[in-house]
Amino acid sequence: MAVDLPIYMDHSASTPTDPRVVEAMLPYFTEIYGNASSAHEFGRKAEDAIETARETVARILNCRPQEVVFTSCGSESDNLALRGAAWTARRMGRANRLITTPVEHSAVTKTVEQLADLMGFEAVVLPVNREGLVDVEDFAHACGAGGAAASVIYANNEIGTIEPIRQLARLAREQGVWLHTDAVQAAEQLSLDVQELGVDLMSLSAHKFYGPKGVGVLYVRDGIELVPSQSGGSHENGRRAGTHATPLIVGLAKALEIAYDELDAHVAHYRARRDQLIEGILSRVPGALLSGHPEHRLPSHASFVFDGVDSSRLVMHLDVKGVAASGGSACKTGSPEPSGTLLAMGYSPREAIGGLRLTVGRRTTEAEVDYTINAVVEAVEKVRKLSGELTV
Amino acid sequence: MRNNGDVRVVVAMSGGVDSSVAAALLLEQGYQVIGMMMRLWSEEPFGGGIHNRCCTPDQMADARRIAARLGIPFYVLDTKAVFRNTVVEFFINQHRQGVTPNPCLECNRQIRFHFLLENALSLDADYLATGHYARVSRGEDGRYVLKKAADAHKDQSYVLSVLGQEQLARTLFPVGDFTKPEVREIAARAGLPTASKKDSQDLCFVGDNNYRRFLADHAPEVMQPGPIVRKNGQIIGQHAGLPNYTIGQRKGLGLNSHEPLYVIAMNPFRNALVVGTADELGQKALTAGRVNWVSGEIPREPFRAEVKIRYKAHPVPAWVEPLPDARVRVCFDEPLRDITPGQGAVVYDDDIVLGGGVIERPAD
Repeated sequence: MAVDLPIYMDHSASTPTDPRVVEAMLPYFTEIYGNASSAHEFGRKAEDAIETARETVARILNCRPQEVVFTSCGSESDNLALRGAAWTARRMGRANRLITTPVEHSAVTKTVEQLADLMGFEAVVLPVNREGLVDVEDFAHACGAGGAAASVIYANNEIGTIEPIRQLARLAREQGVWLHTDAVQAAEQLSLDVQELGVDLMSLSAHKFYGPKGVGVLYVRDGIELVPSQSGGSHENGRRAGTHATPLIVGLAKALEIAYDELDAHVAHYRARRDQLIEGILSRVPGALLSGHPEHRLPSHASFVFDGVDSSRLVMHLDVKGVAASGGSACKTGSPEPSGTLLAMGYSPREAIGGLRLTVGRRTTEAEVDYTINAVVEAVEKVRKLSGELTV
Repeated sequence: MRNNGDVRVVVAMSGGVDSSVAAALLLEQGYQVIGMMMRLWSEEPFGGGIHNRCCTPDQMADARRIAARLGIPFYVLDTKAVFRNTVVEFFINQHRQGVTPNPCLECNRQIRFHFLLENALSLDADYLATGHYARVSRGEDGRYVLKKAADAHKDQSYVLSVLGQEQLARTLFPVGDFTKPEVREIAARAGLPTASKKDSQDLCFVGDNNYRRFLADHAPEVMQPGPIVRKNGQIIGQHAGLPNYTIGQRKGLGLNSHEPLYVIAMNPFRNALVVGTADELGQKALTAGRVNWVSGEIPREPFRAEVKIRYKAHPVPAWVEPLPDARVRVCFDEPLRDITPGQGAVVYDDDIVLGGGVIERPAD
């Protein structure tokens, strides 16, 4: 079967913007260009677009519009959630501990590290099991000792594992600890109903759900006060200073609306393509392991570990064959490090340098998946034949 | 004959003008071109500020930009462990044996034209191209011939003397036919950076280019002070560690002597620096080992040739006598003052590289 090359198998890194989203955004570049903070008609029109977008997001998150804060990206949302919660706790003399896991996005990990390094917070990093799941009892125990905040990723970017967020949120609430979740990968595949999930803070990023790059959301439950990490004007109720990016915010809301209107169809499509990938690769590549949880994983997400194969060379080989994939940890500098996520899950350094992530999207076809499987089979075989020890 | 469009070439890119022009020339000739850069070992890879000068983050960014401008894929290949375990270890071990190695020869033997070539071929490439100044052609007998560059000042054939038929069949040196000014002109025309990198013959893995400091840090035992002796064993002074000296050196020995004395040898077993008069210095012959004959055929008889004993030396006339076990004996017409164990002895027939080996010792 003929396929057009290159094939994009890296939808967890980013997605194309839906043409319907682009269309919705266009008037806000050239026609409705006022500053939403201005008191005149130009400003009011922009403000109206932003507040309409906020209502759309609130409807999908099942929250109130004022609980939705627009940011520039998922990383900024993570930063605002953790810094904001930590600084608020500091101001109010509350507990000093930040509870997290070793499978968080670096925007969470590095922020917690910095708060610990520079401001004396205590970082509590819970273990995960071989599938990347955090233990519910460990979490309850950690929250029992008090905390400024806890942050657990909803679905992991590298291994696709979905954490038991509902249970964790209930436990955190019992102990009075705010729970933040990075839902950047979960969006457009899993429920974002914050009432049902029970989380207090939740990060989203538009470009992961067929929206534009440069815009994100932080959900902040009513009653939670965050010290802003970006200070300035009183935008977003004083929680995030900076002129509103009207076209991007409109695009985010439109993309989220489409994603949840069409959720079932997309998820069914992802699941079929993903299972085809997993089955093909596990059956045809000797020694291939599925990393992450076999069932509790993102519908679009397939990730593997190949012993004796470094992922940077594997990704290079696949790219040359016209398949865009991602290594366990994105590395363009020739200094691959074993993935911290895989190490925390108990993989050896030799295995942890061989992670491969393939993530399907709305337009991924059966023929593309077949081509990808063949390409992976050939690439792994070739990389395994190469000499030269790995830098592990 | 295949169309160039069906021929895939991996170009080893450094961000410098020569390899950038190599890539541009291959593209002009219609090849499928892939850029690749090796990430080599450096002393302090994380922080600390010392980087391998041949693959700093800046040079990597330069190479990536050039590849993007040329519209070719670009990859960085992790070469740290293999480079550390071959070239850097070799450099240190040779110094332990009182020998002054040429790591570029070793790098070309084990890294560029082995590890990198293997990685390039595994991407279904037909050739590996580099920005070296040298030429490859194919003789009437079908054998590949390695020749000096068109630009005699830039010629790098000396460090390529480790290549055999297998490598040359898969190697392109696109800038070898041009002079450096011409290469700069091509770069300017193609909108590529025209500035040259620092001389690539420096030791790329020694962050500050101070190999004595490097050895003191990484192999302090080779930098131990020891005696300065005459050939008869008489101790006449104290040296500061053998790698501080070069064969033929006169100044900086700190000796009190009526006649000028020169370094004539190093004795690693006694950690002794051997000095002698100008008469004792010159040597008319040497033996070399690990000899590579480019044609793949070992000459049967002694023959006349020109031999170059350092990267920057001139080739000089000599008799070359092949010995068993990939060794060779070279007898020069005139004595040479600086025959240095560990350096390459490269055998030329005019422009053609016949082969080369590593100098073991001067001979009588």
